Amino acid sequence: MSQSASDLDQITTAADAMPRGVSLWQDAWVRLRKNKLAMFGLVFLAVMILLCLFAPLLTPYGYEEQNLRLGAIPPSAAHWLGTDTFGRDLLTRILYGGRVSLMVGFIATSVALVVGVTYGAIAGYVGGRVDAMMMRLVDILYALPFMIFIVLLMVVFGRNLLLLFLAIGAVEWLTMARIVRGQVQGIRQQEYVEAAISLGLSPAAIIRKHVIPNVLGPIIVYTTLTIPNVMLLEAFLSFLGLGIQPPMSSWGLLISYGVETMEEYPWLLIFPGISLTLTLFALNFLGDGLRDALDPKASRD
Amino acid sequence: MWRFLGVRSLQAIPVIFVVITVTFFLVRAAPGGPFSNEKAVSPQVQAALEAQYRLDQSMLQQYFSYMADLLRGDLGPSFNFPGRTVNEMIFQGLPITAELGFYALLVALIIGVLAGVIASLKPNTAQDYVPMSLAMVGICMPSFLLGPMLVLIFGIWLDLLPVSGWGAAPGDKVLPSITLGAMYAAYIARLSRSGMLEVMSQDYLRTARAKGLPERVVVIKHALRAGLLPVISYLGPAFAGLLSGSFVVETVFQIPGLGRFYVQAAFNRDYTMILGTTTFLATLIVAFNLLSDFIAAWLNPRLRYQFQKKK
Repeated sequence: MSQSASDLDQITTAADAMPRGVSLWQDAWVRLRKNKLAMFGLVFLAVMILLCLFAPLLTPYGYEEQNLRLGAIPPSAAHWLGTDTFGRDLLTRILYGGRVSLMVGFIATSVALVVGVTYGAIAGYVGGRVDAMMMRLVDILYALPFMIFIVLLMVVFGRNLLLLFLAIGAVEWLTMARIVRGQVQGIRQQEYVEAAISLGLSPAAIIRKHVIPNVLGPIIVYTTLTIPNVMLLEAFLSFLGLGIQPPMSSWGLLISYGVETMEEYPWLLIFPGISLTLTLFALNFLGDGLRDALDPKASRD
Repeated sequence: MWRFLGVRSLQAIPVIFVVITVTFFLVRAAPGGPFSNEKAVSPQVQAALEAQYRLDQSMLQQYFSYMADLLRGDLGPSFNFPGRTVNEMIFQGLPITAELGFYALLVALIIGVLAGVIASLKPNTAQDYVPMSLAMVGICMPSFLLGPMLVLIFGIWLDLLPVSGWGAAPGDKVLPSITLGAMYAAYIARLSRSGMLEVMSQDYLRTARAKGLPERVVVIKHALRAGLLPVISYLGPAFAGLLSGSFVVETVFQIPGLGRFYVQAAFNRDYTMILGTTTFLATLIVAFNLLSDFIAAWLNPRLRYQFQKKK
């Protein structure tokens, strides 16, 4: 009994010693781990998300909790990042605002992701005239001055959160569609896709099971790089007063309040600004790192 | 080559047409008209106003007469500023916005190319990391944050430069230009770095070095020309972006340019002004994108050759 167990041990150690197959993902992870900036981005993001998520447990103040007698005071032991003119704790407001900013970033990016990947995959897979028409539509939309359109949309149809997601998602899906289409065109020529066709799989099943998993790398990379763009757009709209509405807050909104009172209370501008900039920084570094890790051939511009 | 230019120009027309049409119906679909905020007016006045601005006609009629006017280059009267036409207001704001955009582009090009080329000369050293990290700051710091921060530091704390206005006090053009140009400087830095890195390993540069040319000549005369191609093709979209993106900076620094008119018009539901500025900006953007395609094709012999072969 003990004899056979040690045999088994020996066999498993032998197996461990053999060069194991390394999947693309393990390989990419190893490369990503070596990239210090990308790892900083990953850790920073994780910490920021956790802080925002558990904000109610972390701070003793409510985010609308006013203290008019206190007013605006600079950072102190009780209020680490100071308070605003209503005596509201800035750190608390930044954490709660971060929830909204990050949520908008992730949800609007998901909209762009779903629409872009579906559209691009269909265009690339079907090809021919359908593809030409679908991509011409993307070209036309690309040429529209979207910044202007979003402002128009938010002014015209009121300021609701759902519309904000849709409007931002509607802009960001275009690049995703282009990238996916280009990748899918290449994959469509591969033998395994032909094999799947001759096996009688439906185009939808082929796209889902064989095509999309193989373009996951570029999709992940581009998604990571879309999130900061989306967050920037949301912050910008909120800054103009067209995005998130009070009593909710986001980093963009906090910055716009900060601008109003920056002469007297500069910390109200500086700290929300640092939160936004650092988060965007982290996301961009992570995206760049992922690109280098998943697609070593891609250029770094 | 000429065919390529022709096809690209023709493609631009439906784009502009779609922009105008979508904007037209989007604006009309909005709840609340341009005159709904105003104090109660008598029905006769209301009717006269609506007749004057053709609001009594059906939507399609309005659309067609607007398009007909547009073909003659007439963008109509402003709803919000009685007695002034949209054309007048655009031509009042445009020079200011264009000047701002030009300075910003200058800032972006000088800083961006310099940083990118310097970084590309010694890749993966401090000389590379420092400018490129700064470029990342430029990308991550939105202009509505950078602008106020610059105002705070240079305008208020150091009291070196005016904090708002345009052409009213000496030096008041500096901060807006830097604010608007910063993000583009960052992109240009990254583009020129990667462009230069690609070119540096080419055979003809090895030849140039083998001839014994000093490194300065190799970089400036031989590498830059090809290495900056990506920057050139980025210039069109960049200038277009500068024009349409300037409204943040114009709002922050209170500059009476096109962008501020646009934001005001959007908030006031000034139909014709919104339509006019959107049409104008969209045309400008499309034109600049086209122009940069042409310049890129003209500068790149390989691309030029491809077009000639296609014929």
